[in-house]
Amino acid sequence: MTTPAYLDAASSEPLHPAARETLLAALEHGYADPRRLHGPARNARLMLDNAREVVASCLGVRPDEVTFTPSGTHAVHLGVLGLLAGRARVSPVLARGAVEHSSVVHAGDWHAARGGSVIELPVDREGHVVASALSMESLGVESLGVVAVQAANHEVGTVQPVAEIADAVDAPLFMDACAAAGRIDLPTGWATAAVSAHKWGGPAGVGALLVRKGARWRNPFPGDDRIDERSLGFENVPGALASAAALQAVTEARAEIAPRQHALVEEIRTRVAATVPDVEVVGDPDSRLPHLVTFSCLYVDGEALVTELDRRGFGVASGSACTASTLQPSHVLAAMGVLTHGNVRVSLTLDATADQVDSFLTQLPDVVRAIRAQVDL
Amino acid sequence: MNADAGRAAEPAWALELDCRGMRCPAPIIELARRYTEVGIGELVAVVATDVAARVDVPAWCRMRGQEYVDEAVTTDCTPAYVVRRVS
Repeated sequence: MTTPAYLDAASSEPLHPAARETLLAALEHGYADPRRLHGPARNARLMLDNAREVVASCLGVRPDEVTFTPSGTHAVHLGVLGLLAGRARVSPVLARGAVEHSSVVHAGDWHAARGGSVIELPVDREGHVVASALSMESLGVESLGVVAVQAANHEVGTVQPVAEIADAVDAPLFMDACAAAGRIDLPTGWATAAVSAHKWGGPAGVGALLVRKGARWRNPFPGDDRIDERSLGFENVPGALASAAALQAVTEARAEIAPRQHALVEEIRTRVAATVPDVEVVGDPDSRLPHLVTFSCLYVDGEALVTELDRRGFGVASGSACTASTLQPSHVLAAMGVLTHGNVRVSLTLDATADQVDSFLTQLPDVVRAIRAQVDL
Repeated sequence: MNADAGRAAEPAWALELDCRGMRCPAPIIELARRYTEVGIGELVAVVATDVAARVDVPAWCRMRGQEYVDEAVTTDCTPAYVVRRVS
């Protein structure tokens, strides 16, 4: 018996019911320009301020530290480049983790193309940035502008020692929290951070930049004349409010959701290792995001694996080169030094059930066996 | 590996697997299929254009208990991932 399952929540969580309800109501009333002085504008402004307060409270920051952006990626770019702009007179060096999301990598490339420099912080086999190797001597630099380290890895789930890293370096830290926000308590020690609403059940097209009070942040882009000087473009009021509603719902339910998901992923880690020969289950087994896990199957074509799982009703992501638009293997898996082919990332939706997980785990060994049988080993 | 000056054209490996143009995981399958053709202690070179081989050959060695030696280049400048058979 098969229970099909969408197992790619880390790419995008389905819209949370609380977000849907709020979005529909807000679309009706949140259309006006929140900067104007008339009634409909005041409504929109109230909704935006309400969204900001809820997000701030859920993420443990002050409302004036939250700026809604048109995406998580845009928030990442603002967070990294705005800190670098604030540090321009001190140092042009960005040090980023080797397993950062591609949005951080691209922001670094953009910085380097404009005269800055970027160094990569190595990670261990489980994907942790090694905090003890962060002195300027061991990094081989004379100065450090900004350090960029994610809260937790989006492909393998490993939680990074952000607070420890922030303590170890004499530079402000940008934290990409897109994979982690709403899933775990965010660490402390960062100056700017970025989150993405569709990762926690909000609608796509809403991110937030967080800038701590006292952080020296300068807008790296042309800027705009909106309510919040850090963002640009007409505010997506309904999207922001729906995102806040989803975040509030998942934050309130986290004490129930996180342990349940953590245990389901533990089950996946254990049973995959026990039932699939020649498999490597990667990432930190304990200090990790509750809802995702990555493993690689030796001698298996990643595209064939994803395609066959899809045919059986399971939607999963893969870091294998053959499944990527770039035809490059995942830079995360490569930096960790783990197998990149035959790779599958399973990530659970908030309402994922034990039946779905069991069904997937029952079928996976057959799928792998069938693909391996096609090659003569 | 293979650092002997002037000997680059005469590789020290006992077996060279030509995996040029193959995509992952084909070079690793080729390695798994044929590494036992060399004696224990001898070297196999996986010559591969696929970038995933740079990560996957060392990972295979770790998973299969073989020794990853180093990355070399062939005379046509293709990467060669060198493995020592230890069992």
